[in-house]
Amino acid sequence: MSQDAVKTKFFPPDRSFYTPVNMVVGCIMAVGLLFTVLRFTGGLSMVTNLDDNYPWGLWIGFDLMAGVALAAGGYTTSAACYLFGMKRFHSAVRPAILTAFLGYALVVVSLHYDVGRPWRLPYPLFWSQGTTSLLFEVGLCVALYLTVLFLEYSVTALEWLGLKKLRHIIHRLTLVLTIFGVILSTLHQSSLGALFIIAPSKLHPLWYSQYLAVYFFISSMFAGLSMVIFEGSLSHKYFHDKMDDTYLGEHDGVVLGFAKGASFIMFAYLVIKVIGIAMDNTWHYLGSGYGMWFLVEMLGFVALPGFLYAVAVRDRNFGLIRKAALITVLGIVLNRLNVCLIAFNWYLPLEDRYFPHIGEIGLTIFMVTIGVVAFKFIVTRMPIFYEHPDYKESH
Amino acid sequence: MSVSRRKFLAWMGGAGLSTAVGRKAFAASNKHFEGYPDSFGVLHDTTLCVGCRSCEAACNKVNDLPQPEKSFTDLKVLDEKRRTDAAAYTVVNKYESVKKPGLPLFRKIQCNHCLEPACASACFVKAFTKTKEGAVVYDASVCVGCRYCMVACPFNIPAYEYDKVLDPRVVKCTLCHPRLLEGKLPGCVEVCPAEALTFGKREDLLALARERIRKHPDRYVHHIYGEKEMGGTSWLYITGESFEQVGMREDLGITPAPNLTAGALAVVPMVAGLWPLFLTGAYAMSRRKEKIAAEEQAGAVANAIAETNDAAEKKLAQALEKAKKEKEAAIQKEVKKALEEAVKAQEADKEEDA
Amino acid sequence: MHDVIYTLQDFMLHTKNITYILMGVGLVAYVAFWNFLTGKDDDHEAAGKEE
Repeated sequence: MSQDAVKTKFFPPDRSFYTPVNMVVGCIMAVGLLFTVLRFTGGLSMVTNLDDNYPWGLWIGFDLMAGVALAAGGYTTSAACYLFGMKRFHSAVRPAILTAFLGYALVVVSLHYDVGRPWRLPYPLFWSQGTTSLLFEVGLCVALYLTVLFLEYSVTALEWLGLKKLRHIIHRLTLVLTIFGVILSTLHQSSLGALFIIAPSKLHPLWYSQYLAVYFFISSMFAGLSMVIFEGSLSHKYFHDKMDDTYLGEHDGVVLGFAKGASFIMFAYLVIKVIGIAMDNTWHYLGSGYGMWFLVEMLGFVALPGFLYAVAVRDRNFGLIRKAALITVLGIVLNRLNVCLIAFNWYLPLEDRYFPHIGEIGLTIFMVTIGVVAFKFIVTRMPIFYEHPDYKESH
Repeated sequence: MSVSRRKFLAWMGGAGLSTAVGRKAFAASNKHFEGYPDSFGVLHDTTLCVGCRSCEAACNKVNDLPQPEKSFTDLKVLDEKRRTDAAAYTVVNKYESVKKPGLPLFRKIQCNHCLEPACASACFVKAFTKTKEGAVVYDASVCVGCRYCMVACPFNIPAYEYDKVLDPRVVKCTLCHPRLLEGKLPGCVEVCPAEALTFGKREDLLALARERIRKHPDRYVHHIYGEKEMGGTSWLYITGESFEQVGMREDLGITPAPNLTAGALAVVPMVAGLWPLFLTGAYAMSRRKEKIAAEEQAGAVANAIAETNDAAEKKLAQALEKAKKEKEAAIQKEVKKALEEAVKAQEADKEEDA
Repeated sequence: MHDVIYTLQDFMLHTKNITYILMGVGLVAYVAFWNFLTGKDDDHEAAGKEE
């Protein structure tokens, strides 16, 4: 590509740069960079409220736990389309893969802030393998899955760059990559929950269960499906002009199908959650303050949106589906924060409890903003919501 | 990287040669592990502790830890509940007695050196090792700083150097492992003026603790904390009042940490081993369905074409038939005409002849 | 060979090391075997159509 071609490709003449949205984004970026400098010059204590009782804070609870769960749309969508033969979801695969890829990439970036010596992050894979740790399993799978997502996403980027040969080679791997992606997702989504199985004395009995791994895996499915619906409704609003007829034509079907699937999976999730309570005989905790909070999560953020999905699917009410998707997404964030922070160390007196530092909140917002900006950069340039005319017949 | 013996053995095991190589622990899944024989430990008799903080001072000294703000002789520090942190491997806390109101109880806190350490089980770079001497030691040279060990520890012992930028470490009591190797006592045990701490082989300490409880049944609670808690610890405790009373959790259970995660870890290879089967199966079935659907569609199209062809052929045949008939009729007509003409001509000839 | 394992932790470390290697081998073998299993499907199908 010539320099001019590069310029128009990466920086197409857009609207004015100084829009209100861009100003806000700019501010967030500036604050994020400031906190980044503080983190890597002053240490963790400079920008976090982490202490010896709370070694994991917002960055693990939200950026890692919730981030990975919400990026589950990648494996659920591609599995539905390529493995279970639901070809009518094909146009939803690319946006879902892109969301997942950006999500996982930011999880890994965020981890570089959280761990004490980020340059050693490859150690567990290449230097000293602590295979008895569930975190080893998580690390291995996230590293591999990020690679898989990169390859799956790269097809889009290669079409955009016009590198046909390489694109065809990778495209032929679609099936293997999809299967591999589902295996890796099953493993690390569940292992994120299993991380806490080693600490029964610290996590509140209503959240602790021998089934934690299963709960995390099953909830990641409806989290992913809801995120695809949620992301789709936002994209519809802002990137409508980028969408081709196939995408627009299939979109309603995707939303209905995913809402139906999410609703049924949420029903199953509730069933196994109740079974978990029975298995550990923790019924009596339901009457306590933590029990109320548990019921808020279960009824308000799982049962309610699950039911709303069902009603909305029956009535073909797309507005209600969008609302249910938003509640589900918030519910997943709540669940991960509960397990990681709120119901963790539940016996400690209030003054010893953790509340995130402004630096932790700032850097979390920074990460989410980078994700949104990257998403916008890519969908306004690359064939995400439309098919590249040169490759129409190739799937 | 050289191949360590363990790794080599791992490969041999993977190749199915394990029986030939033979490590004693290659037994079936009900194999029970007792821990290192003759490993050391410390018995903390809290009834003897006077809360002088000498152990804290000694620990600080032998481990070259930073000097605290308040000196170790300042006993007002005991009024607040403290825990181990980056600058203190051990702390002594004061508790209220229930049996004799007004009298204080003291308990020393430090790493309990589990027989099956949760920190070691949780560490994804093998930074923690249970040594044969009994100490659980930490290797900062591989530590990434994920702090999962701190999440995993049921006793809330490991602390972290949150204010260090380049080389933050996890910090915890080492049972003075370097001193043990030199034949010395742990710093805290050596200095204790009240004999509240006894160092020895764990087996002997258990016997000693049982003996004290047997001799003074009204002085001690009939339980040795650490004998079974979390699968057993190298530090053992006996108290005069409930362990809850001196800030020790009685609800930890006796399951060793590696056992807690064993189930979840065992599922991992089954998912990796069977998901390809199920997923490829689902793919193959959906492909088959598509193929059958495609074949049926193709068949339907072929039928339709065939039917159309048949109809066309029939029509053609009919048209041909018709044409044939018409032709025949025309020929017959011509023949008839010709015959008639011939007859006429004959008659005309006859007339001429006549 | 006097290497005795004394702790469950060390035993699990040993077995999981092997298991993880086997998982990798298994996954690669799956792909290879599936290709072998279905390798002639297309040929037969093509032949079937010609008849």
